[in-house]
Amino acid sequence: MSSYGQIKSLAGTVIRAILSQPVTNFEVARVGEERLLGEVIRIEKGEADIQVYEDIDGVHVGEPVEFTGELLGIDLGPGLLGNVFDGIGRPLAFAEPGETPPVFLKRGFYAKSLEPRSKWVFKPNRSVSEEVFPGDIIGTVREGLGFDHAVMIPPGMPSSRIRSIIPDGSMVSVEKAVCELESGDVIFLSQRWQVRTPRPVREKLPFTEPFITGQRILDTMFPVALGGAAVVPGGFGTGKTVTQQSLAKWCNAEIVVYIGCGERGNEMTEVLEEFPRIIDPHTGRPLMERMVLIANTSNMPVAAREASIYLGMTIAEYFRDMGLNVALMADSTSRWAEALREISGRLGEMPGEDGYPAYLGSRLAQYYERAGRALLNGKLRRTGSITIFNTVSPGGGDFSEPVTQSSLRLSGAFWALDKRLAESRHFPSINWKKSYSLYENGLRPVFLQNLGPQWQKGVAFLRELLDRESELLSLVQIVGRDALSEQDKWDLEMGEIVRISFLQQNAFDPQDAFCPLEKQMLFAKTLMDLHILVSKEIENGVLHYQVQRLGLLRGMLSIRKVPEKEFLTESSKWVEKVGRSLIDMEAFS
Amino acid sequence: MKLYREGSRLVQGISGPLIFVANARNAALGEVVTIETKKGTRTGQVLQVDGDVCAIQVFEGTLGLNPGDSTVWFERDVVKVRLGQALIGQVLDGRGLPRNGTPIPCFEQELPISGSPLNPAMRSSPNAFIETGISSIDLLNTLVRGQKLPIFSGAGLPANEIAAQIVRQARVPGNPDTFLVVFAAIGITEREARFFLDSFEETGARFHGIFIVNLASDSAIERLLTPRTALTIAEFFAFEKNFDVLVVMTDMLHYSEALREVSSAREEAPGRRGFPGYLYSDLASLYERAGCISGRKGSITQIPIVSMPGDDMTHPVVDLSGYITEGQIVLDRRMQARGIYPPINVLSSLSRLMNKGIGEGKTFAGHRPVADQLFASYARSREVSRLRLIIGDEGLTETESHYLKFGTVFEKIFLNQGFASLTIEESLIAAEKCLSVLPDEELYRVPDDILEEVGRLRSHDG
Repeated sequence: MSSYGQIKSLAGTVIRAILSQPVTNFEVARVGEERLLGEVIRIEKGEADIQVYEDIDGVHVGEPVEFTGELLGIDLGPGLLGNVFDGIGRPLAFAEPGETPPVFLKRGFYAKSLEPRSKWVFKPNRSVSEEVFPGDIIGTVREGLGFDHAVMIPPGMPSSRIRSIIPDGSMVSVEKAVCELESGDVIFLSQRWQVRTPRPVREKLPFTEPFITGQRILDTMFPVALGGAAVVPGGFGTGKTVTQQSLAKWCNAEIVVYIGCGERGNEMTEVLEEFPRIIDPHTGRPLMERMVLIANTSNMPVAAREASIYLGMTIAEYFRDMGLNVALMADSTSRWAEALREISGRLGEMPGEDGYPAYLGSRLAQYYERAGRALLNGKLRRTGSITIFNTVSPGGGDFSEPVTQSSLRLSGAFWALDKRLAESRHFPSINWKKSYSLYENGLRPVFLQNLGPQWQKGVAFLRELLDRESELLSLVQIVGRDALSEQDKWDLEMGEIVRISFLQQNAFDPQDAFCPLEKQMLFAKTLMDLHILVSKEIENGVLHYQVQRLGLLRGMLSIRKVPEKEFLTESSKWVEKVGRSLIDMEAFS
Repeated sequence: MKLYREGSRLVQGISGPLIFVANARNAALGEVVTIETKKGTRTGQVLQVDGDVCAIQVFEGTLGLNPGDSTVWFERDVVKVRLGQALIGQVLDGRGLPRNGTPIPCFEQELPISGSPLNPAMRSSPNAFIETGISSIDLLNTLVRGQKLPIFSGAGLPANEIAAQIVRQARVPGNPDTFLVVFAAIGITEREARFFLDSFEETGARFHGIFIVNLASDSAIERLLTPRTALTIAEFFAFEKNFDVLVVMTDMLHYSEALREVSSAREEAPGRRGFPGYLYSDLASLYERAGCISGRKGSITQIPIVSMPGDDMTHPVVDLSGYITEGQIVLDRRMQARGIYPPINVLSSLSRLMNKGIGEGKTFAGHRPVADQLFASYARSREVSRLRLIIGDEGLTETESHYLKFGTVFEKIFLNQGFASLTIEESLIAAEKCLSVLPDEELYRVPDDILEEVGRLRSHDG
């Protein structure tokens, strides 16, 4: 039921309307003659404050406001994948037949998030009179080259029996009914969900399965679990976006939802141009087929930025409910928090720390807690997960500010990006001394089972060596490198080799951008073998400057390009060769 | 011409650049108003409306404004700028009107200066190399057509000289057409403006550019319009007329200070250093107007200049600019003191779009690894020279002494190129000369063919 009001005041993106009838909090409103989309965010004595999701320049006092009686929602169904939406779910690549999408976004444009003209081939997997529960999959439609999009009984429907279901091979659009239940409910190809409400699951599960990113420093040293949350804070130019894009490209999630929240438009373009051409190493299909993009770039309206992360989360939950592992990436949490701050300021609320509203922490929690690995609703025992990767852009690179701190409390892995590493072009510029992961213990049994004890040994070796290196570096600050023992000099060089060949990873080199888990293990082992070998020879009298002549770093850099299959043979051959040259030296000295 | 207009005489108060008007019927946000007084008319814009009271910012300032004899007329329109080919060669004020008072003969379009956001799904990635003739930019922090690359500068550092040099030298190799320059002076001094206009005159850019000038002595509020006017003009020429437009905006700090002035007059809750909480969104609405559009030939490349008060890179305006733009060119006082020109601190500088504009067919194969090697080696040499201050020359190993020498040579030969304009090939040769100071095993990133070249140079010297 719609009700109406009238604009009383205007400030930035918030308007105040005089009401003629009571309205609901967070009800969707249509503001002004242009019917701009907005949401009620405060109700006070017959007046309501509305945040408008579009620019309101030129809107007059006295124009009408229509309250729709609905909360902000999105249609979920086939057609989401490979598409790009704005913060409130409008498809940005939408165009009338024969036309191109608009170059400049004019306000008030309206398009359904799912293309109603597309037809999908339905394949039922349930038949008439079978009993179905909410969450159950009754059939699939094929999207792209090989993704089977599940058609589910929406949450909240009573369990019932199927009265009728359309036959295999039927062509249907998203608005068509595919199944009717005996309860009288009708199942469509798409379902609508309110973005601010979590979709229900049966039970949350512990963090025991690893999420593989293909990035050596992350998987080996700071792993994250399926359903976990990792925070990536860093000042500008430290490579947050490149790190996140590498994750989006190479992680083993089945679906990636990427929210460009208040960041650059060109970054979205990059994804749109690059991803369709990259082949997913896990499925062999173009990466774009597993992506949903939400673009609310920094110059798009601020209020929609606030809504965009809930929209992304809702889409992620929808795919999780199909039993899939979803990665949800938001770049950046700080811009979202700033939108919250701006709206709060317009409402004249009492500011908390750094001007952010007092409810910053609880709003963030509402978002983070919707992630996780869960046992899904429905008759069959199925699991799905949402893993969060959020960047934070702390002002002045200061990690003590409220958005970074609240994010840390809610997440389990912290990948700290470091300005100094970025300046010497050490990428990914993740600081191995400051970062941590709380998921490591939970994941240990799985790593042990799949990769054997060698994994733990390699990780321990890398940690010890890096620790030793930083110790020695502070010693060098006092006495100089020349005063160190030969072994210490070698340890320092080994530290450099580890940093440059292992920790650094070239996101733009096709042979290095993605490193499978087994290769990471073998890589660590090669480094360990090398260290043991050279240390032994140094004990036997080889001098460090002789070792330096061997060009070990250059060698290691070419070894890391070797594909996983040949890695073991190639690397052991190389270590052997190094060993022989060392023995020659020993004889010589 | 509208025959009837609505107005109000009830000016209730004046605070800084704002006036508060009651009895304003159906005022719109962003609406233009004309303020009529006995002494003449002024123009303003509605910032906020509450019932029938609105807050209006006055572009000419409120000095000498008397609430008693002012009538505020509502124009029922937003701020617009007239666009047309005739703008080329003109010097305009912040609102896009010629500064010398002679009106522009004809115009093709009139568009609101606030613009509309570019659809991210319709952008195309900037990917054409721009040769600026400055080695530390071309080789290490490459500028790409359609990029927004600010210069972070401090008081007394030659940001203006570098910007003028880029305008003079920038070209897309293989493309004979030079850029159309749109220059937005935001609150800079007469002296600075003169420097730019003289330098443009010298190179001829003065006659095929458009100059939007708001001097320090002009209205501070007009500074909020200046970059928007400039960018609306740039969009017109780039996307309607297929020009490659190079927009130089100086100084974004003055712009942000004007924004702060209005914000504090509105009594908004201040954020860091008193700047309003929406500074990020506001700056983004300017910087994001750079780029390329798929299917259109033109482009907008932005070079904003941002002053760092006290050389502080964490100052909110500098910090937020760094977050929005696609990299930064940072000027360094210590290098300036050592007589290096251009004093670009290559380690803290960055071009995020560099990878798209370099490589075989664009610059040269092996560009990325050479740049990476220079960065890594120079970073190492800085470290060694810090170490040397503590432990002295005797404590350094042989390799470390090589690095020390590399640092000196790199700064002297490569960075300190003076006002000369170098092609990318010449920049590469200078880089190879510097690298030849280091032994081969330290050049672990350099591809073999370039390593050979470096080796040849080394034996030549030795």
